[in-house]
Amino acid sequence: MNELREKAKELLLNNTVKLIIGYANGNGHNRTYPFIARNAADANRLVFNEYCVNNLAVYLTRKEFKGKGIIGIVAKGCDVKAIIQLIQENQINKDEVYIIGMNCNGAVNQLDNSFEKTTLAQKCINCTVRTPALYHALIGTTKDIEEPADTLGEKIKEVEKLNADSRWDFWEAQFEKCIKCYACRQVCPLCYCEQCIVDKTVPRWIESSAHTRGNFSWNIIRAFHLSGRCIGCGECERVCPMDIPLSMLNRKMSIIAKKEFDYSAGVSLDSPTLVGTYNMKDRQDFIK
Amino acid sequence: MSEEKFQPKIVAFVCNWCTYTGADLAGTSRLKYQPNVRLIRLPCTGRIDPVFIIKAFEKGADGVLVSGCHPGDCHYNLGNLHARRRFILFSELMNYVGIDSSRLHFSWVSASEGKKWVDVINEVIDTVREVGPFKKYQKINKEFVLHE
Repeated sequence: MNELREKAKELLLNNTVKLIIGYANGNGHNRTYPFIARNAADANRLVFNEYCVNNLAVYLTRKEFKGKGIIGIVAKGCDVKAIIQLIQENQINKDEVYIIGMNCNGAVNQLDNSFEKTTLAQKCINCTVRTPALYHALIGTTKDIEEPADTLGEKIKEVEKLNADSRWDFWEAQFEKCIKCYACRQVCPLCYCEQCIVDKTVPRWIESSAHTRGNFSWNIIRAFHLSGRCIGCGECERVCPMDIPLSMLNRKMSIIAKKEFDYSAGVSLDSPTLVGTYNMKDRQDFIK
Repeated sequence: MSEEKFQPKIVAFVCNWCTYTGADLAGTSRLKYQPNVRLIRLPCTGRIDPVFIIKAFEKGADGVLVSGCHPGDCHYNLGNLHARRRFILFSELMNYVGIDSSRLHFSWVSASEGKKWVDVINEVIDTVREVGPFKKYQKINKEFVLHE
């Protein structure tokens, strides 16, 4: 932690960065919240531990920060994937971000209101980027961690095994719960559109009331708009107050992208994006 | 009286340059096909946002057909190639959330393929007729109207 604070102080004092987006201790020892350090005194409040589950890359495309000088960011491997994806989509300038990469030993989900019981976050299971793929400074060390089995893949396979009607029933039961709070959109580092399609009123493509019909189109379109872009940070599912298994949609889309196009999001800085390009050899056996 | 056959509602999103003209050719050639389809003309398959397809189901369609130019024939050169990639992703997603692939069809029909258009549209209508009305979606549509 001291290493992080020293580095942050150094960066702020010699004006390498304008500010640093990081984590600070929240209420109690095991809660953290996003924190913006603007001077050396602030830098002393930065922390990094297993409770730093948030993906801070979401702030990089905010008007307050974008194009306002070099922004420092404390980022885990998965957050860096989001940053790479944002650079690939030309949303942020590669030279305007200073990544303080953190060697990560897994983040945890808090299970109850006392915030005492924890479990390793779903996104950390089978993680391949515990050391970030891109960084300007690297802090900390990785150590072996105990990983529970990956249940998400199993859940997806179970749904795939059902027939179409049962799949519909499964998702109807899930989407029925949606209250259209759009927390999934707000927390997503890649949902950066200034006007989201769901906010459009003329014409209104997606019903805005929290009814199953509009919920269906919203959740499908959200998953579709993130296909080949979702880096799997799992923030949408974490913030969902109704516990809709959004990761099951997002993971499925990345499985399809991998299978059909051998494409993974958040890997390459300069290759074309998945739906921003085409290939003459794309599959078309489903087209009459 | 014999039992009336189920008449599915099919919405076809077609591109202006190939399939729409192909359908026009079918008409001027006096080729007959089943009348269950509503054509919606768009400039290009690349213009077809998947949200259109969902909207069609919301408005009571039992099946959707998307049709455009053959690869390489696009009036805008690349529109259908981009669309193809999107449809691969979208049709898999629709299948995953329980919208059977027999309700969502894609085809390439060029301006000279009036006959192919007739075959494709008949085949789509027959397939959708076989799976029956889209009761699942109509249920939430109906609930929505009550809810409003």
